[in-house]
Amino acid sequence: MEEVQNEFSLVGIEDKSASENIVKPALSTWQSVWCRLRKNKLAVVSLIFLVLVMLYALISVPVVSQNSANDFNTNAGSKYKNLPPKSGLPIPGWDGKTTTPGSVDATDVYEKNGVDQNYLLGTDNLGRSVAKRVTVGLRISLFIAIVATAIDLLIGVSYGLVSGWLGGWVDTTMQRVIEVISAIPNLVVVTLLAMLFGSSIWSIILAIALTSWTGMARQVRNLTLTYKERDFVLAAKTLGESGPKIALKHLVPNMSGTIIVQIMMTIPAAIMFEAVLSAINLGVKAPTASLGTLITDGQNMLQYYPYQILIPSIVLVLVSLAFILLGDGLRDAFDPKMADE
Amino acid sequence: MQNPDAKKLVEIKDLNLTFNAGKSNATKAIDEISFDIYEGETFGLVGESGSGKTTIGRTILKLYDQDSGTITFDGQDLGQLKKQGMKDFRKQAQMIFQDPQASLNGRLRVEDIIGEGLDQVGYSKKRAEREAKVLELLKLVGLNKDHASRYPHEFSGGQKQRIGIARALAVQPKFIIADEPISALDVSVQAQVVNLLADLQKQNKLTYLFIAHDLAMVKYISDRIGVMHWGKLVELGTADEVYNHPLHPYTKSLLSAVPEPDPIVEKQRVIKPYDASFEKDGQERKMVEVEPGHFVLATPAEAEQYKAEQK
Repeated sequence: MEEVQNEFSLVGIEDKSASENIVKPALSTWQSVWCRLRKNKLAVVSLIFLVLVMLYALISVPVVSQNSANDFNTNAGSKYKNLPPKSGLPIPGWDGKTTTPGSVDATDVYEKNGVDQNYLLGTDNLGRSVAKRVTVGLRISLFIAIVATAIDLLIGVSYGLVSGWLGGWVDTTMQRVIEVISAIPNLVVVTLLAMLFGSSIWSIILAIALTSWTGMARQVRNLTLTYKERDFVLAAKTLGESGPKIALKHLVPNMSGTIIVQIMMTIPAAIMFEAVLSAINLGVKAPTASLGTLITDGQNMLQYYPYQILIPSIVLVLVSLAFILLGDGLRDAFDPKMADE
Repeated sequence: MQNPDAKKLVEIKDLNLTFNAGKSNATKAIDEISFDIYEGETFGLVGESGSGKTTIGRTILKLYDQDSGTITFDGQDLGQLKKQGMKDFRKQAQMIFQDPQASLNGRLRVEDIIGEGLDQVGYSKKRAEREAKVLELLKLVGLNKDHASRYPHEFSGGQKQRIGIARALAVQPKFIIADEPISALDVSVQAQVVNLLADLQKQNKLTYLFIAHDLAMVKYISDRIGVMHWGKLVELGTADEVYNHPLHPYTKSLLSAVPEPDPIVEKQRVIKPYDASFEKDGQERKMVEVEPGHFVLATPAEAEQYKAEQK
C-alpha cells in the first residue's frame, strides 16, 4: 500500500457523526414485536381471547372436575334430560323455554320438570350440564392440540434443519422417509395406534404427532436450503461457528414467521382432527368429553335440541379462528422490517 | 517492486474446482490456478462475472472444498488441518462480503452480529468486556454506541458494509478476503469504505485479497493484480505493470473498457473486443514470466509474441 499516499478526500458534510445518526428509538426485540403486534387489532383481540380461554381452561380444573362433568343421576334422568339453556333473565332463546316435539307452544321445561337449578347452557340427553361438559371438553381438546403441536414443532423443525443443512444423500434419504410417511393415510395410522394402545387421548396425540410433522419438516428444510447459501450464514461459517449454533442463531430466527404460522395452523387442525376421530369412535372414549365427542353427541339431537351441537361447535370455531388470526399477526410482528412506530 | 524476501502468507498451488462434477451442468470454476499472496500486501483479483474470483476467495476460506491442489496459509496446508487447527485458522482469515444487506442476519442486533466473532475468541462469558469490545470495534469503523442495539435494516448500505468489516475484524485476523466489498455501494460511499480498509491495513498490518471488477479501484488499492478469465488466471503482476503494460489480450480488453473522467480522452477511447476462442484451441498454456514479477498465461510462442509487443 506504499503507493497510496493521498487518500480520497471527502467533499461535503464535515460533521460525520451527524450523518450517522439514527433518529428512531432503539427497542428490544420483544418490545418491537409487541409494538407491531399491537397495531393489528384482530390479532390483539384473538390474543386476549385465547389467553382468557386458556386461563379459563386452567382455572376451571379444581372447580369442574372430569367426574362432575361425566356423572349423571340415573334415577332422575328424565327430570334433567335435554333442558334448554336458561339464564334466569327474560332473554328469548335463553329463558329455558322450548317447543317440545309435537306441541306448538313454547313451555318452560324447568317449571314442568320441577328443576330449581338454572343450567346456563342447558343439559344433554343424559341430564349432564352442557356448560360443564364444554369446559372439560375444551380443556381436553386444547391439551391434545398443544401437546401434539409441541411434538410436531420439535420433530418437524429439527428434522427439517438436519435434512436441509447436511444435504446430499442424507437429505435425499430423509425426504424419501417423509414421502413414505405422508403416503400412509392418517386414519390407518390412527386405527393401528388405537388397536395398539386402545383409544385414549395419548393415542390421538401420538397419531397427530406422528403424521403432521411432515409439513413442518418440509417447510423448514426448504427454508434451510435457501438460507444456508446466504452470505450471513457463510460469514458465520468463516467465523468458525458450529452447525447447531448457526441453525439456532441464524436459521431458526429467520424462519420464525413461517414456523409460527405453521404452528398456528397446526393447532386448529389438531383440534379438528381430534373431533373427527372422536366422531368415528377412534378418539376420546365416552364418557370423557372433548369438543369432538360433544359435537358428535349433539348431532343426534340436532333437529330438536340444536343448542347441544351449536355450543361446542361455536367454541371450536372461535378457538380455531383466534389461533389463525393470531398466527397471522405474529408472523408480521416477528419481521423487524415491518415499520414500527 | 515486491520485496523479494517478503513472507508468503497464502500460497495457492494448482488449484482446481468443478461444480456439479460428473453431471451435464458441470462447471469448471477454478482451473489450475497458482499464486501467492505476501504478508502485508493487497492482492487484487479482477475478471468478468463468473470468472471464478469469488469461488477462489471462498475456497481459500474452506467454504468450498477444492478437487485438487493445495492452499497453504502461514506455512500450514489447509487440507491437513484438524478441528483445532481449523478453529485457529478461522480466527486468522476473514471475509467481507459483496452484498452488505445479505451478509448481515436481519434478526440479530448489531451488537450480536459483531459479538458473534467475539464469542469465538472467548468473550462469550464476559458480558461487560464483550460490550466494551463491540463499542471499540464500532468506533473503529466510524459508528457509535447508539448503533449497537439496532437492527441491520435501519442502516444505509455503507454503514452495513462497515458493520460487516467490524464483524470480520472482531477475531483480529491477519488476512481478509474482501469480496467485491464496494460494488454494491454508491460512489461516494465506496471511497469511505476503501479509505477505511486502507486505514485498517496500516493500523493492523492486514493482508488483503481484494476481489473486484472495477479496475480503476483495484489499481488504486492493490500492490499486485491477478486477472482471471473462465476460471484461469491469465495475467499476474504488480499493479503498475498490469495497468500500464498489459500483456494478455483479455487484460488489454478489460483496460480499454475503463471509462475516463476526461470527456476528450473518453471520446477517443477505443474498446478492444476480446476474442476468447483461442483459449479453447487445445494448446497447453503455462504461466510465463515475461518480465520479472509479471506473468502471463501463454504458449511459448505466444509468450515471445507478447514480449515483442512490449518493446
